[in-house]
Amino acid sequence: MMDKYSLPHKILIYFSIALFLTFMLLPFVEMFMASLRPLTHLFHRPKLELGETIGFADFISRFWSKDFSFQAYSDIWVTVPQLPRYIFNSVFLATAVTIFSLILVIPAAYAYARFNFRGKSVSLTLFLAVNMFSGAVLLIPLYKLLRMYGMLNTYWAMIIPGVAFLVPTGIWLLKSFMEKIPYELEEASFVDGASRLYTLRRVILPLAVPGLVVVGVAIFIGAYAQQFLFAITFNQDRDYMPLPAGIFEFIGYQDVLWNEMMAASLVGILPVLLIFMFMQKHLIAGLTHGAVKQ
Amino acid sequence: MNQFIQMFKPKTKAQTTTLFAWALISPAAIYMLLIVVWPLVETFRLSFTNSNIGTLIEGYDYIGWANYEKVLGGRKFPAIVNRTFYWMFLSVGLKMILGLIGATLLASNIRARGVIRALVMPPWIIPIAIGCFGWLWLYNGHFGLLSNFIEMVGITDGPFSFLAYKKSAFYSAVVTDVWIGTPMVTLFFLAAMQGVPRDLYEAAYVDGASRWYRFRRITMPQIMPTVITMALLSAIWTFNSFEIIWILTEGGPRGATTTLIIDTFKTAIFSYKFGAGATRAVLVVLILSVFSLIYLAVLGRVSKKFGYAGVVK
Repeated sequence: MMDKYSLPHKILIYFSIALFLTFMLLPFVEMFMASLRPLTHLFHRPKLELGETIGFADFISRFWSKDFSFQAYSDIWVTVPQLPRYIFNSVFLATAVTIFSLILVIPAAYAYARFNFRGKSVSLTLFLAVNMFSGAVLLIPLYKLLRMYGMLNTYWAMIIPGVAFLVPTGIWLLKSFMEKIPYELEEASFVDGASRLYTLRRVILPLAVPGLVVVGVAIFIGAYAQQFLFAITFNQDRDYMPLPAGIFEFIGYQDVLWNEMMAASLVGILPVLLIFMFMQKHLIAGLTHGAVKQ
Repeated sequence: MNQFIQMFKPKTKAQTTTLFAWALISPAAIYMLLIVVWPLVETFRLSFTNSNIGTLIEGYDYIGWANYEKVLGGRKFPAIVNRTFYWMFLSVGLKMILGLIGATLLASNIRARGVIRALVMPPWIIPIAIGCFGWLWLYNGHFGLLSNFIEMVGITDGPFSFLAYKKSAFYSAVVTDVWIGTPMVTLFFLAAMQGVPRDLYEAAYVDGASRWYRFRRITMPQIMPTVITMALLSAIWTFNSFEIIWILTEGGPRGATTTLIIDTFKTAIFSYKFGAGATRAVLVVLILSVFSLIYLAVLGRVSKKFGYAGVVK
């Protein structure tokens, strides 16, 4: 009974949801529409008399017209020959950042989840404090550091700072997963004479696999999303540019080929969208875990 | 030597645990010291120098507080600080309101809830930069959807370039920032709402409480910790927001969207004034530290009052 809505109520709810979704999805719809429109159509303004404004028909033609095609999706590889490379770089960078982050995150998360020790809450707080900073405040010394080790204009220039800003979140997320593994299992393992490290490797890690996958995917999506600031500051080499930086360069051109640029952008977000679609349920449960009262 | 090692050998079980725990944490801790803490200290040191592109070869000098005097006494700086805070409060406020509305809608008993929830997420999971490319096109003056739309319905009588005028550029950037920030806020509010025990609602319903009353008296107090923590975290991230403004306007037109972060980046990276840029970075870090302290204090309070700590990222 409580969850039943009256008709006006129902209409209001669905209407509001439609509005909300329109706001969230409008840029994607428009990006897709732009990618379908040939340039002549894209840069066409109807001839108007003085004082006349765009009519409804003209406006609608941006969503449907006979000359729409997927041409931009094939032209883009010719206009930007490095595009496959950019996409590869993006995926590669995100993968590398995920692997390095997990190597640092797993042991730390285990320690925070399982032991009470001196400096526990202080150090955890300090880790989380890193989330408060933007990479932008560290750019100058990082630039110097990377130059000193000859890492500017390499993948490392984007991997090294990228990892630093994902480790704190990773520790926090994985910690809450590991806390759910019953402690009795470890005790049993200790009783059988297993060492602590052996226990971590052979008892905890296998049980933590679902959590590890979720944290790994969350880090991957984060790493894929943050490829801009460090990329435009520490790397000028097209061979190592991730997709957002590559497309951004595209905007600097005299005449922006918006249809192709939108096509490239949509192709570029496909990897994360696919991963998200498959992992959606687990990801959301894992991320919002802290928001739910236990 | 042997004695030295003996000194550090753990004597009790608690010590063994501490040692083992720290051994596990040390890789991450050392990494953070190197990549975050050391650069922070370096930034602080550089802020007292005149380091710039010209001093790369012959070396820079320490110039005391000169950079700070210049920044804080500068004509533009107060305006930039004001703008940053305005940007932050406006954007966070909108994210909170939209997040609450969105979460309430998604929590209601409707069809295809899962699908709708998934459709709300994309702005959050895709690279911020790519979302901004889409908005760049939406804001286009002659051919953009928004400009054409307001022309069609008669608000303007010709093309309107959203990013070309000071005021409209600022608010356009806010809208994009809200677009990117809202999904996460919605998601966390939704999770918090779904965690509210159902019997509370049922009891209120039986007593004849209206929907609005139930929202105000049950939902809001129950999800308050999440709202507070999300507001603070959102504030910090919005304050730090870089890509959105940089891609849409590069801080323009005529500085209308230059926030502290953009100013820092422009000075340090685009004008190669490393010392002056570092000074701005230090000021940003100081402001953020105040936020963080507030955040931690509030978090402590909230967890005491509500028994749990809301969310952390």
